[in-house]
Amino acid sequence: MFSLSHITDLVNAWLYQQFPPTLALLLQFVIVGILVITLFSILGLVLIMMERRVAAWMQLRLGPNRVGPRGMFQTVADTVKLIMKEGMTPNGADKLMFNLAPYIVMMVSMVIMAPLMFADGFQIWDINIGVFFITAISSVSVIGILMAGWASNNKYSLLGAMRSGAQIVSYELSAGLSIITIVILTGSLQVSEIIAAQQTGWWIFKGHIPVLISFVIFIIAVTAETNRAPFDLAEAESELTAGFHTEYSGMKFALFFLAEYVNIFVVCAIGATLFLGGWMPFHIGSWESFNHIMDYIPSSVWFFGKTFFLIFVIMWFRWTFPRLRIDQLLNLEWKYLLPISMFNLILVTLMAIMGWHF
Amino acid sequence: MGSGSLIALMIAAVAFSGIAILISKILLKTTHNIHKGEPYECGIPTIGPSWIQFSIGYYLFALIFLIFDVELIFIFPWAVVVKQLGWVAFVEILIFLFILFMGFLYAHKKKALKWM
Repeated sequence: MFSLSHITDLVNAWLYQQFPPTLALLLQFVIVGILVITLFSILGLVLIMMERRVAAWMQLRLGPNRVGPRGMFQTVADTVKLIMKEGMTPNGADKLMFNLAPYIVMMVSMVIMAPLMFADGFQIWDINIGVFFITAISSVSVIGILMAGWASNNKYSLLGAMRSGAQIVSYELSAGLSIITIVILTGSLQVSEIIAAQQTGWWIFKGHIPVLISFVIFIIAVTAETNRAPFDLAEAESELTAGFHTEYSGMKFALFFLAEYVNIFVVCAIGATLFLGGWMPFHIGSWESFNHIMDYIPSSVWFFGKTFFLIFVIMWFRWTFPRLRIDQLLNLEWKYLLPISMFNLILVTLMAIMGWHF
Repeated sequence: MGSGSLIALMIAAVAFSGIAILISKILLKTTHNIHKGEPYECGIPTIGPSWIQFSIGYYLFALIFLIFDVELIFIFPWAVVVKQLGWVAFVEILIFLFILFMGFLYAHKKKALKWM
């Protein structure tokens, strides 16, 4: 079966054959860096295009259709426009913080890529605390957002950043508790082991209703964590112009925008890994021939298919639900989602100990 | 790949953002204007600085978050071994979550979770 891991193994063997070990390792790092940057650029282009096409489709309009075939190069044109714009710093701003913030946000969304498993055996670092690492790193991005908002010396930015901070830290709890339910069932934090445990069936099917509940909570929480509508209070256009990046322009704004879309990809990839089996193909119990056909689809296609399905669901939310108010948003988390996920945690523990799951 | 990959990724992020900002700095033409650097607040002149006292509500939520986040860190190692430990671990987490939930109810009773 073809898999991306064959290519990585080949490259790995060739590098260690040709160069001394230290140089080979360094070259590997360079290759990883270039690959992740390429992935970033492609994701930025594809996701922004997808967002606009999905929005157009949901609203029965055409969407971008002028630049290139079917408007495919619209995002490229937008990027060129942003490069030609001046990235200015406002007069009263804290210059160091203001210019540092985009770097921090980018760094977080790039480092979080490390434990993700893109295909069978295709992973940057199979860290043994994988899921915990993701939870830990993803909470650093709020520092970048707070820095950006505070340093701008603009009331809109400050309000946006504060809201964003309150929102991200609140919803991180339910997202974390949902992740823990899967950790309980698997008994491991390692991403590769969590995927391997789903060989006989994805957790969302194997885990009955409790896992379904935690999946729904996870999706709600990550929608809020990435500041997507209906939880996009941090950059509510009609009240705060652009929230924490009101004062940003040119390339610095583009970096925030890119990081936002890459974060959507990352959280959906985590959701796909934990609940939908990562790169594992869809199998039905004892249907041997069906399972074999499913095995022939490459693992990377499965992974990206699931991830983009979840991204589509999150984009769907945006055109379905109206925006919440800040008190409604915090009520939803603290009075409903958090108690439910704590109760759900006990249910899942009971299920894991009694062996009620398949 | 080992932990070095994290450093590689960090360098990649900084290089990517730095090069992108540098390219735009080289390409663009800057102009100067007195009003250009003013904060953007929809055309109205800004009143006072924005670094002033701020609603304490956000701070309260951050504090409660801190308690629950530490709890989350305690639950992670427990979650890994709960299947092997069995009922002992289950009873222990019940006690742990009960105490935590009491704290949560207390915060709720004191109206710390109410937005003002």
